[in-house]
Formats: sequence, C-alpha cells, structure tokens
Amino acid sequence: MKPWPAVCPSNCSVRPLAPSPAQLAAWLQSQHTELSTFTHCNLAPSGRGAAPLIQHPASKHAYVAHHQRTEVTRVLGCHSCCRIDMFSKGTKRKFSDDGDEISDESLAGAQVSSSYSLQRQSLLDMSLIKLQLCHMLVEPNLCRSVLIANTVRQIQEEMTHDGTWQVVTETFCGGSQSPSERLVATEVLCRSREQDAEPKLFSVLSYEGCREEEVVTDETLCSVSVSDTASDVCLSESARHCWERDEFVEVDRDDEACESSRLGPGDDDDDDDNDDDEVDEEEESSRVDPKTMGQVFGTFEIKNSAPGPDSALEELFSDVDASYYDLDTMLTGIQSAPKMGPYDLLDSLAPSHGPPSIGSPSNCRSDLNELDHIMEIIVGS
Amino acid sequence: HTHSYNPKIFNSCLSVSPTADIISTVEFNHSGELLATGDKGGRVVIFQQDTENKSQPQCRSEYNVYSTFQSHEPEFDYLKSLEIEEKINKIRWLPQKNAAQFLLSTNDKTIKLWKISERDKRPEGYNLKEEDGRCRDSTTITTLRVPVFRPMDLMVEASPRRVFANAHTYHINSISVNSDNETYLSADDLRINLWHLEITDRSFNIVDIKPANMEELTEVITAAEFHPHQCNTFVYSSSKGTIRMCDMRASALCDKHSKLFEEPEDPSNRSFFSEIISSISDVKFSHSGRYMMTRDYLSVKIWDLNMENRPVETYQVHEYLRSKLCSLYENDCIFDKFECCWNGNDSVVMTGSYNNFFRMLDRTQRRDVTLEASRESSKPRQVLKPRRVCAGGKRKKDEISVDSLDFNKKILHTAWHPQENIIAVATTNNLYIFQEKVN
Repeated sequence: MKPWPAVCPSNCSVRPLAPSPAQLAAWLQSQHTELSTFTHCNLAPSGRGAAPLIQHPASKHAYVAHHQRTEVTRVLGCHSCCRIDMFSKGTKRKFSDDGDEISDESLAGAQVSSSYSLQRQSLLDMSLIKLQLCHMLVEPNLCRSVLIANTVRQIQEEMTHDGTWQVVTETFCGGSQSPSERLVATEVLCRSREQDAEPKLFSVLSYEGCREEEVVTDETLCSVSVSDTASDVCLSESARHCWERDEFVEVDRDDEACESSRLGPGDDDDDDDNDDDEVDEEEESSRVDPKTMGQVFGTFEIKNSAPGPDSALEELFSDVDASYYDLDTMLTGIQSAPKMGPYDLLDSLAPSHGPPSIGSPSNCRSDLNELDHIMEIIVGS
Repeated sequence: HTHSYNPKIFNSCLSVSPTADIISTVEFNHSGELLATGDKGGRVVIFQQDTENKSQPQCRSEYNVYSTFQSHEPEFDYLKSLEIEEKINKIRWLPQKNAAQFLLSTNDKTIKLWKISERDKRPEGYNLKEEDGRCRDSTTITTLRVPVFRPMDLMVEASPRRVFANAHTYHINSISVNSDNETYLSADDLRINLWHLEITDRSFNIVDIKPANMEELTEVITAAEFHPHQCNTFVYSSSKGTIRMCDMRASALCDKHSKLFEEPEDPSNRSFFSEIISSISDVKFSHSGRYMMTRDYLSVKIWDLNMENRPVETYQVHEYLRSKLCSLYENDCIFDKFECCWNGNDSVVMTGSYNNFFRMLDRTQRRDVTLEASRESSKPRQVLKPRRVCAGGKRKKDEISVDSLDFNKKILHTAWHPQENIIAVATTNNLYIFQEKVN
C-alpha cells in the first residue's frame, strides 16, 4: 500500500517547508477547537477530544453540503457525548447513557453540522496556511494562489450566510462584514501579488504603439496577518482596536481600521506610515491585556522584506511570542477540554494511513514545540 | 469505470529514455519526424524518427537523439529579488519552410526562436590555411586551388535566432504559432501578447484581464491557442472553467470575447473544490478546426465551436479521485496541470493521470482504456495491458485500489504523432515512446 504523499513534489516551483501544511492546518485546528465552547458529559481528560474525521466510505465526497445526511461521527474519549460547535445554531444536546447508539435525530443533525463545520474550518485553516507558505517561496504560482484565495472567500461567504461568521465578527467588532469578508482573501492576494508586483522600471520603450505596461508599482507593501483561528485579518485588527479601548464594544472606526490595516495596492499609500501604525497597534494591544480573549485571537504580522521596520518587527514578534507560549493562560475562562492532536486531521483525511495515533497529555507540550518551530520558520524567512 | 478494452493500438514500446531532468513539455513537429522535449533544467532534447525503413510503412520506427541544447538559463530578477526558473514551459514547432527546422521554446519570462540545422559537408582545400586552421606560410604556396565541399559526419547545430523578452510580468503558460506562419501568441496568467516572428523589440497586447485593483483578481488565464486554420481566431481558457474565443478582426484589444464556452455547474456535485477542479489546465483545437478539447482536473471535454453552452462530449479521466479531493488539495496535487492531445484524425484523445497511468479515449468507438508507462510493462514488443482502478468496494484481481496510487508518479505531458499511431509519454524520469503494433 503506497501512502499518500504528505507533500507533493509538484511540477511547479513549490518548495515546501517543514512542517507540512497538514500539520500546520491541524495545529490551527487544534487551536480553534480550544476556543469552542464544550459541553462534555464526563470531563475525562483523554488526550484527544474529537473523533478523527473519518471519511464515510459510502459518501462520494469528502465534503458535502450539510443538508445531506452523512453518518454521524463518534467522539472518541467519550463515546456518549458529542462536541458542540460554538457556532452551531443553539440546539441543546442530550447524551444517551447507554452511549453506543445515538438515535436522536437532532443529535445526529448536530453532529452532522458540527462535523461539517469542523471540516470547513480545517479547510479554511489549511487554505490560509497554503497561501502563507507560498509567499515564502521564490516564485509563487499565481493560478494556485488565486484558486486558494477563492476557496477561502467561498468558505467565508458560507460562514457568513449560515451565521457562524456573523457570530464571530459580532462578538468582537460587531462591525460591517463586507470589509472582513473581503479582507482575508484580498489581503492574501495582495500579499501574493507583492512578489509579482509590476517592476518599477519597466522598459516602456519596448512597447511603442502598444499598450504600455504600467510603470508605477501598484502594490507597495502588503502585510498579512495569519490568525490562528477562523478570525480573519479585519477581525483581528478590529479586535485590537476594541481592546485598545479595553472593552468589547462596537468600534466606529471599524471600516477605517480595516482600511488602514490593509496595505492594499493603493499607489498613494504611504508605506512607512502604515507600517508604523500597524506595528504600534500590535505592540500596544499585546501589552494591553494578555489574558483577554484578544490575546487568543491575537495575530502576528508578517511583512515581506520591507526596509525599515525590521527592528520594530523583531520587537513585535518578541512580544507575541511570549504570550503564545502560555497556552494555559490563554485558555483561562474556557472549559479546558481535551485537545485534538496535531496529526488527527491528517489521519482523518487520509484513511490509508495507519490507525490514528492515540494522543496523550504530552501533546500539549509537543504542540508548544510545534508552535515554536512554526514561529521560527515564519519569522526566520 | 474503465471498460475491459483490449487495445489493438498501443502495445509496442519503442523506447524508454531516462531523462537527466524532469520533462516539462513534449511536442512532435508537423511531420512527426522530430520529437522535442523540454526539461526543468532548461534543456531541449530533440529525437528523430529513423527513416531507414520508410518503404515498409508499418514496421517499427525508432526515435534517436538528434540534438541537445541548452535553451534557457536560470536568471535572477534583481528588481523583485526573485529567481526566474529556466524550466521550459512549452515548445512549439514552426512549419518547415527550408532545410532547417525552427522551434519556439519558452520559460516563465522569455521566448526564444531556435534554428536547428544540419551540417554534413565542409569546405576543404583552402589556399591560405591548413585543414586544422593554421595559416600557411605564403612563401610555400606555389599553386592555387579551389576549395571544395567534402562530406563529413552529420552535425546538428542549434542556434538562437530571436529572443523575445521583457513582455511578460507574470508566468508564461502558453505559446501558439499562428496559421499565417508570421505571428504567434504568448500567454501569461493575466495577459496575452501577439508577436511577429521577425520582431523582437515589441509585441502587441491583445488580451488583458488584470483588474485595476489586484484585490479583485479571481480568475487567471491558464492556456491559449490559435485556431489551426483561421488566423484571426484564438481561444484562451481560465481558472474558472471558461473558454473564450476571440476574433482579432473585431478589435485590437480582444478583452471582449466573441464566444464564451462554459458548462453550467452540476449542483449535485458542488463542493468547496468545485472551482479548483473546474480550472482548465489545457486547451487544444482539433486538427480539423471544428472542435476543441479542454482538460480540467477530473475530465476531458470536447466542445463544438458552434455550441457554447455545453461540451458535446465529456470523458471522465479519473472519477475515483472525486472523493479524495481534500487530500489532493492538501498535498497540492489538485493543482497539477495535465495536458491533453488529439490523434492525427481527431478520433482519439489522450491525457495523463497518476501512478504513471495515461488514458486514451476513443471518440468514435466510445471506448476508453487506461495504460501504464512503466519499465515493467514496457519491454519491447510487449503488449500493454489495460489497467483498472478500483474506486471502492471489493477489489478484483489485477485492479489497483485508489489508495495505492502513487501521486508522485504523474503523467502531465503527452504527445501524439500527427500522422502515425506513435505516442510520446513523459513520466517524471523517463520518456516513453509507444507505437501501434500491426500484425
């Protein structure tokens, strides 16, 4: 039996870095599951929380629209419970005592929708990572970036339509959705285009009588935030603004904040000012209240080879790093729940792999090491 | 699900050539006598058909290396601090006009016109210099003689005749020579340029889909081709699964298409990956010019140029992958760009798949077959066995289950001889040439 290649040495110039996108995606996934509200019947601290997402052999597609029925997935570690996704539509769950047969219709429905949401979430995270990784490469493949960005947009749209996105955004900025909807994909695309920006000194002489290539650069500096949850760039930006004022209220300057944080391809943008603004905001928020949910959704900025704010960049990362190391602190106030190990998602997607590894409490520590490693990679490049 | 179809077509392996580097393009010339391959290292290797037994048209042909040259070198773009890969993305032959052969080869940024010529004679008998080139002492010259041409060992020379550079900001994915034999187009992700073969310092931009605001970019150009007979017509495909046909007579800038080919989406198959798998990786006109073929991730579609709203034929290449799309997205295989090709009389189309499988789809007989290009199954004169993939359930004998497919072994590039039933199939490390066995 030949295994699925974890990383495909494709014919395009993709030079993957460790860890693989799957691992990063899974780690992001685990971070997200931490933040979901759990109801757990017996708080047995098994190392793993949710069941691996087993692809049902009868279902034709890995992902189906959630109005179609699929077999419910069991939850390992507690066979008589199910996880409730934070964003599911408020149906109360009961768990049956005998545990093995879950016959309740609504229970099944909730499991379907929560498993669908989970899958969708992991797809979103995976896509964001893919876009992230491709900007570390020499020559990003534009077609691939566009397709991934469109996938991200699609997921965002769907999450907006079924209300899950709204819940998230309303909690933190209660603001308009259109900037946040657009922002992830556009920001990312913006970033992807940064490498392929029109060169400043294009030889216009070659094009007499034809359409001239633009001489000005249309992308200046694009910064990107990679969030560790479903929250997108705008969300985190707005969130920071929220916390600057130290309360979870709607921020009027939402749109503005989003606009300024988005270093889009405006020719008239002043790069340096924007950079400084962002750096300042980031530093501020990270010092404001490390224990708030804001820290949980905190983001770190990745600026592509920008002259200037490098020293500020170092400072920035040093701040964020410290807070990330302390997962327990981050999760204060949230029911501690068993986490999904980083490789569970990978296992679920590739059933040809060996039996899913049973996680252990030591996963927590190894996750932190993973995080260190990931941070090094992202910062180091 | 493939039929049990014993192909009488391809069961004779002519040659398996290990390659120095991964092959990135394969193309027969217009007569089929020459087969050019480009690789990731910027090299072009040309094979020539052995013509010794031309009197017996059905006997085995041989393809031997004819010429090898370095077409493109790696470059560094100092403005963007990016490396420009030397990988040859496409090779297109020009129709032969004289003794020499011409081909266009392109990497991501630069297109080059190469002249391949033979030299089998050389002048001998100079008065002022020796055969090895040293000058003769003029005092020793007592008579005059006329230099004559003497035969020599065949030498094949490749020389760059034109370099078409600095016209593309994005990565060139296609080139196509026009039927007028004077112009050709080059397409990158967002723009298509029209060149004259003689003029290198300028090109005309004929399609530009770059949005004013790059944030609004949702679609890129994936392939483009000129019509084989109508020199004013070309098509280009997009990452959203649409094909646009443009008429250059209508306007100088062909942003407005004259025809839009798009099949409505099947709502029952909708998923987050629908758009990605609908992205067209290759578009090829039929030799007749009446049809065109598009390749998306899971299928091959044949379009009648007179009907825009749906293809006339659709063939599944590897439908068993539909349930694996998430994993294929994860390992990036879903972005693989498979090519496709027609046979000489447009009755059969061919495309590649994974596990070194390639598929031949017979349009007239409505049959299809999966074959494998591997060393084990490609001994000379050995019959190529049809392969079958088991999508699920019980695996029959000789079937391969989807989970055991090797997704590192992909066949992206295939080519069909324009007149004979000879095909070239490029795997990662080898070039296979198969021929129809007749007896």
